[in-house]
Amino acid sequence: MLGKTSSNTTAEPGEALRRRWRLGEKLIESWIFLAGILTIIILLGIIALLLKEGLPAFWYTPPWEFLFGTKWYPISEPPTFGIMPFFVATLWITLVATAISVPIGVACAAYLAEVAPAKVREAVKPIVEILAGIPSVVMGFIGLMLLSPLVQSAFNLNTGLCGLTAGIMLSLMSLPIIISVSEDALRAVPDDFREASYALGATKWETVRHVCIPGALSGITAAIMLGVGRAIGETMTVLMVAGGALAVPVSPTDPMMPMTAAIASGIGNAVRGGLQYQALFAIGLILFILTLAVNLIADRVLERQKRKFAR
Amino acid sequence: MKINSVLSNGKMVSQSKTKLKTEAVNLYYGSFQALRNISLEIPECAITAIIGPSGCGKSSFLRLLNRMNDLITGARVEGRVELDDINIYDKSIDVVELRKRVGMVFQKPNPFPMSVFENVAFGPKRHGISNRVELEEIVEKSLRQAALWDEVKDKLEQSGLALSGGQQQRLCIARVLAVEPEVILMDEPCSALDPVATLKIEDLMRSLAENYTIVIVTHNMQQAARVSDMAAFLMMEEDRAGVLVEYGPTSELFTNPKEKRTEDYITGRFG
Amino acid sequence: MRACAVSKRQLSQRTAFSLLIVATIIVVLPILAIVIQIIVSGADAISWEFLTQAPSQAGKAGGILPAIVGTFYLMLGTIIVALPLGVMAGIYLSEYARDNWFTRAINLAIVNLAGVPSIVYGLFGLGVFVLLFHFGMSLLSASLSLACQALAMTVTTSREAILAVPKEYREGSLAVGATRWQTIRHLVLPQALPGIITGAVLAMSRAAGETAPILVVGAAFLLPGLPQSPFDQFMALPYHLYTVAAHVPGMPKSTMWGVALVLLVVVLSFNVLATIIRLRARQRRLNA
Repeated sequence: MLGKTSSNTTAEPGEALRRRWRLGEKLIESWIFLAGILTIIILLGIIALLLKEGLPAFWYTPPWEFLFGTKWYPISEPPTFGIMPFFVATLWITLVATAISVPIGVACAAYLAEVAPAKVREAVKPIVEILAGIPSVVMGFIGLMLLSPLVQSAFNLNTGLCGLTAGIMLSLMSLPIIISVSEDALRAVPDDFREASYALGATKWETVRHVCIPGALSGITAAIMLGVGRAIGETMTVLMVAGGALAVPVSPTDPMMPMTAAIASGIGNAVRGGLQYQALFAIGLILFILTLAVNLIADRVLERQKRKFAR
Repeated sequence: MKINSVLSNGKMVSQSKTKLKTEAVNLYYGSFQALRNISLEIPECAITAIIGPSGCGKSSFLRLLNRMNDLITGARVEGRVELDDINIYDKSIDVVELRKRVGMVFQKPNPFPMSVFENVAFGPKRHGISNRVELEEIVEKSLRQAALWDEVKDKLEQSGLALSGGQQQRLCIARVLAVEPEVILMDEPCSALDPVATLKIEDLMRSLAENYTIVIVTHNMQQAARVSDMAAFLMMEEDRAGVLVEYGPTSELFTNPKEKRTEDYITGRFG
Repeated sequence: MRACAVSKRQLSQRTAFSLLIVATIIVVLPILAIVIQIIVSGADAISWEFLTQAPSQAGKAGGILPAIVGTFYLMLGTIIVALPLGVMAGIYLSEYARDNWFTRAINLAIVNLAGVPSIVYGLFGLGVFVLLFHFGMSLLSASLSLACQALAMTVTTSREAILAVPKEYREGSLAVGATRWQTIRHLVLPQALPGIITGAVLAMSRAAGETAPILVVGAAFLLPGLPQSPFDQFMALPYHLYTVAAHVPGMPKSTMWGVALVLLVVVLSFNVLATIIRLRARQRRLNA
């Protein structure tokens, strides 16, 4: 049976080659296809639900008033829903978190990628990964127990539960992603560039500053955006330490309630389908759009970075 | 295309049945035409070499014969490609069965990350053979045919990746032989190997040709001259589509080429 | 003169590098401080009782067994749903999908899903599982909500693990007449398995630590018994920590730290497990 030579009929080989109806195979492949569709369905489901429950809020409160109104009184008669306090709170906290985490994170990434000896890098990276793994409720707890008393005494406040505390804890939580994406971006800069710089007599720092960082800039930008996205979407930490006050915060040391915390604290009490319920879903919709935009842009920027140095 | 000549195994070409035939085949990748109007008949139980300068579409042509081009999005075939007079591009054809009949060995040896035994047994297992004794017989037979048995018979459980380059390629050949094909396609099988390993594979090819139809793509003309019975010379035209310039018994093509372009290539004036 | 100029550049380099080191220290110190503080402050509360008894006196005494059990049930429920679906979607995207608008839509959907804030998953779970499907405030609703969140992660890691398998293996398999699914099942998946499992373990770790979704979908604080069916209510460690830290007056501090410690240990041990799997797989690949 070693190899087949000429066959007499032409019909027979045709039969053997004829298409098999591989049932088992087809079945498995359809399940696989369905699973792919499911991811789209879930995303569409989220959007659909947010729209279904959230849009009606805008019939009650015109969008302009909703977005820029400063009074969130769900139980007054009649209830008013203005989310400026939440929006500004999110802004303050994100600002503080970004202002702290970006310089430190990028600097740390530069150190790990360009300067640190291998042993140091191998020791630091797992530590950063531990930070990435700490649940947000634990970070909120730490903020509550350790940081807020410090902030309270340092700034002579009535309470340490304020935007600043939340911002500092959030900066810690954004650090791992900023460090890891920035580090990847720096390592993606080809060595040829560094060697060319050294060959011209530049010092290592000059090379890092004028060659590596500019080369990795789009990746670093993406890292920053991802960090911002993280800060905007974080719920538990801010719920526990931002203070929960309903007035529009004027300074980072005011107690405040960002959008995520507003939803989390309000949803338990809201009557299903009622006005407050709808308003909370509307906030969810806005949050969704915001984080979506930030993450999509970051993703696009990362793609461009990859293409820039692809060989 | 009738060529009256004697193959190196003594048979007359005209007496040999045609195993594979292409008729006016065009191959497109999207809008780019890779092959134009290729018509040739490949005799069974002989070695046919496809030669030509790099980029002229030799590998693409080879992959037509077992429909590996189907894996490339945008690949489109016009014309007929026949195995034993059956058009393999017909909608009713099962590609999986086809690839069982027409096996392929690649340029860079690609043993699976498994033991030598599992590598060779992979094909038969997928086709439903689960009896251990049967599998052991098949593995031994295939490894013997591939001239590898003596070197690995006590190392069957070792990883296929632990073998040398030449051994890995013979392992890949054994893997193909295990499914009992009728045709073996080889895409520059020796280009990643050293000269000693290359000669071993060439010997192997000649012994296999007694029972299998072999089609080999090679950019090494000396190899084509050494090993093949029939040779097809492909070349790229200005629009980068590959065309068949000349096809005939190797001895004739190399000593008395009919086309000037063939002669130029063989004498090294280009390519 | 020239020696002077060189040392000025050296000086600025030294300053710059010191700043970078300072930044790294600023990153590392708080992490170590947090972990050490949790261990030190929480260790007192840890006892056999603490880990095996139900809470009493509104959580101020007794143990946290139901919360631990609830968390494990949540992890289990999440991975049972998210792993098979994620792997299959990952297989689809890397092996079957053609490069058309539909595939791009799916990839877009996954990137988006990964970035959705967890509170929004809570809202989704509330609207769909609790209300629309009438599952109520139950283990099932919570697991499904967390599974939706985990899905983005499992799809991405599965897809990347499968794409990392070299193309040559697939070609070799198809060239001996194996079908596409046979190639995937017998060649590609076994190779991709470490990466897939790592992703699954990380997803479980995440599910263990998430509070916002279960807060909305209805985790409970004090329940008399362990959940007997997926439709029962449940307790969970992260929600327990949140409640004892922020909402129970007179809660002994050591209890709070104890809960934090237990939660941290659960989450980090899964992270460590994932790292071990990843490193073992890399070792094995280097040895082959």
